[in-house]
Amino acid sequence: MVFYDEMYGLDAKKQSALAHYGAYQNWVKSYSPAAMDVKRAQADAAFRQVGITFAVYGDDAGTERLIPFDLIPRIIPSTEWATLQKGLIQRVQAMNLFLHDIYHDQHIVKAGVVPAEQIYLNAQYRPHMQGIDLVNNNYCHISGVDIVRAGQGEFYVLEDNLRVPSGVSYMLEDRKMMMRLFPEAFSTMPIAPIEHYPDLLLETLRASAPMGVDEPNVVVMTPGMYNSAYFEHAFLAQQMGVELVEGKDMFVDDGLVYMRTTQGPQRVDVIYRRIDDDFLDPLVFRSDSGIGIPGLMSVYRAGRVSLANAVGTGVADDKSTYPFIPEVIKFYLNEEPILNNVPTYQCRKPQDLSYVLANMAQLVVKEVHGAGGYGMLVGPASTQKQIEDFKARVLAKPDGYIAQPTLALSTCPTYVESGIAPRHIDLRPYVLSGKETKLVPGGLCRVALEEGSLVVNSSQGGGTKDTWVLQNQYKAGEGGAAC
Amino acid sequence: MLSSTADHLFWMARYIERAENSARMLDIHLQSSLLAGGRSESQRNQSAQAVLLISELIPAFEQSQKNQSKTNPTSQNEHISDAVLRFMVSDPNNSSSIYSALYSARENARAVRGAITTELWETINVTWLKLQARLENDAWMQDMPAFFDWVKHRAHLTRGVTAGTMPRDDAYRFVALGTALERADNVARLLDVKFFEGAAAELLDWDAKGEYYHWAAILRSVSGFEIYRKTYRDTITPARVAELLILRADMPRSLLAAMNALCNHLNTLANKRSAHTLRAAGLLQAQIQFANIDDILEHGLHAYLTQFLARINAIGKGISQDFLEV
Repeated sequence: MVFYDEMYGLDAKKQSALAHYGAYQNWVKSYSPAAMDVKRAQADAAFRQVGITFAVYGDDAGTERLIPFDLIPRIIPSTEWATLQKGLIQRVQAMNLFLHDIYHDQHIVKAGVVPAEQIYLNAQYRPHMQGIDLVNNNYCHISGVDIVRAGQGEFYVLEDNLRVPSGVSYMLEDRKMMMRLFPEAFSTMPIAPIEHYPDLLLETLRASAPMGVDEPNVVVMTPGMYNSAYFEHAFLAQQMGVELVEGKDMFVDDGLVYMRTTQGPQRVDVIYRRIDDDFLDPLVFRSDSGIGIPGLMSVYRAGRVSLANAVGTGVADDKSTYPFIPEVIKFYLNEEPILNNVPTYQCRKPQDLSYVLANMAQLVVKEVHGAGGYGMLVGPASTQKQIEDFKARVLAKPDGYIAQPTLALSTCPTYVESGIAPRHIDLRPYVLSGKETKLVPGGLCRVALEEGSLVVNSSQGGGTKDTWVLQNQYKAGEGGAAC
Repeated sequence: MLSSTADHLFWMARYIERAENSARMLDIHLQSSLLAGGRSESQRNQSAQAVLLISELIPAFEQSQKNQSKTNPTSQNEHISDAVLRFMVSDPNNSSSIYSALYSARENARAVRGAITTELWETINVTWLKLQARLENDAWMQDMPAFFDWVKHRAHLTRGVTAGTMPRDDAYRFVALGTALERADNVARLLDVKFFEGAAAELLDWDAKGEYYHWAAILRSVSGFEIYRKTYRDTITPARVAELLILRADMPRSLLAAMNALCNHLNTLANKRSAHTLRAAGLLQAQIQFANIDDILEHGLHAYLTQFLARINAIGKGISQDFLEV
């Protein structure tokens, strides 16, 4: 099977690089393998010193681990990025309109585009949000949209992350590391900057402040330092210059949210919360949550505190809702989707279910509420027994699963034990919705380090790469090889 | 700032200071037990006991020895002095060991890494990472003075990075407050190493040769030997050492210097609840500022230091109640 390669396209021999990798190839020649080993060791030491680590659940051995970082960047030419950017903005705008509609007049249900049960029987639907007006009608202030390239090189949206998408700190730290290790690369190639992401994020959060608050007090809310993404929560709070708070640092009094400070209570206006809906308010959601703020939802519903992202966005990024999104885009924007969905079989449909059961060995089957690579089966990479076990799970609860053809995910050259070898990758750009919808040129590129593996999640042994969006096309002749 | 953040900053600073002072105290113990002419085994053991006594750790140490002899009978043959050093340096079960102090400093820093500068966080994180390498296979025991020096230098570096990179806001003041409070406590304990057993009478009638080294070691442990020489231009006497370490505002590790820093930062941080704590701290500062060393010695230095420690402890509790546990 020939996989599309980011550096070599469909050239199976991997000899002539695509034009946008030309300058990179020319430049990287100046590094011997030994010099690259030195750079890798430097990167490892630096990540440890900075303490860029993540925790893996259910893993006692190392509560703090480094995410493997790869030195070879993923490069995206400016024309491709222009399409991606348009498609991402279109998709996220439609998602915000969709969520507003779901929680207000449900035109889309009345029009018969999305069945009522898909929304109201969805575990992620939050009746508490019905009829509540949000600032700028924004629900997903921060969206992480997972993009893959497959087949002959076309892009697909693999999934939408509209609840608490994580990973953006790695995007920023990977860039910082590349600039530290290879400063000359950035002076010779027109690599679009992404370092202003925290500024855009702060602008987005400030734009979401409750009515009448001119100088909002923005905070980042974390479940605590033992959360797997704690580093990122602290990082973003620091980069934006706002307080990092836990539920116990805040309380509700007289219809407002306050935080406990050394000078007494101080009002909180915007909460960039990095905890799930279920844990936000023990009086409304899970009563055993010790990390939420009792009474928060009453203040939120009264419009006196803003949450980013809004409560109840899960109904739109759920894997069972995903197949409807192209129609959702057409319905609200009256436009054709710029970015395609991966064809998806919905096991709740009897016809799809029997296809999935018969062809599971060729499919990727996903739990609709699963995340982070947990609860999924990659057919071609599984044993007969694993497949049989999964079949039983799907049969027991067909509406809990969807299936997709195993995509021939694109590869990118990557440093591995044996040298440089192609490994499968994806891309997660972060789209911000404040007064307008925007994003920085780039995203988190995740790479499956195991040969042949298609699972890029860090919890499953994935690594990351810096992503370079080139600001303009290269002049012919400047690159190392002809296109 | 957030009360919980202030709490982490305060304790982060206290643990760094505690690790440094433990290293200084263990260094004196080591130096006194290696004095020229050699000391008898019982003297070495006495010195080791004193180390435990001033940290109020004798019961904890005995318990740990009991547990060890159960799991590892050969450890019984270890010299008591080495066992104490190991207990005070690398024992993760001893919450006062250098290991535990640097671990706690790093965990507190990690909890507020957004509230401190990146340089400060990295300094504390690297200290923790390097400590583990130094403790591995008891490598530190090969050259203990070098290890204690390293701990001191990491604490110097941490304070330097704090001074050089942190904005002078409340976060900085809570760090400074923690440092001052812990230093006042630790230096008082360090001074007590000598005095816990003795009365003032012993001071007046001292055996110059043997005692000289002891007092010189105490001075060196607080980087005070050269300051002493410059200040007094005279031979070392216990009364002057006590004066230098308690009453001199220009001696950076004296009790008065620590109290001056503590009151200075506390006054800036004052809030609606803190009047009582401010008064207690101000009173203690004033009483040291206008004290006379002869009066203190007449009263008994050990009794004086014991009372000082109780009052410092009360001030620490007051700070927690007024600012950190709101």
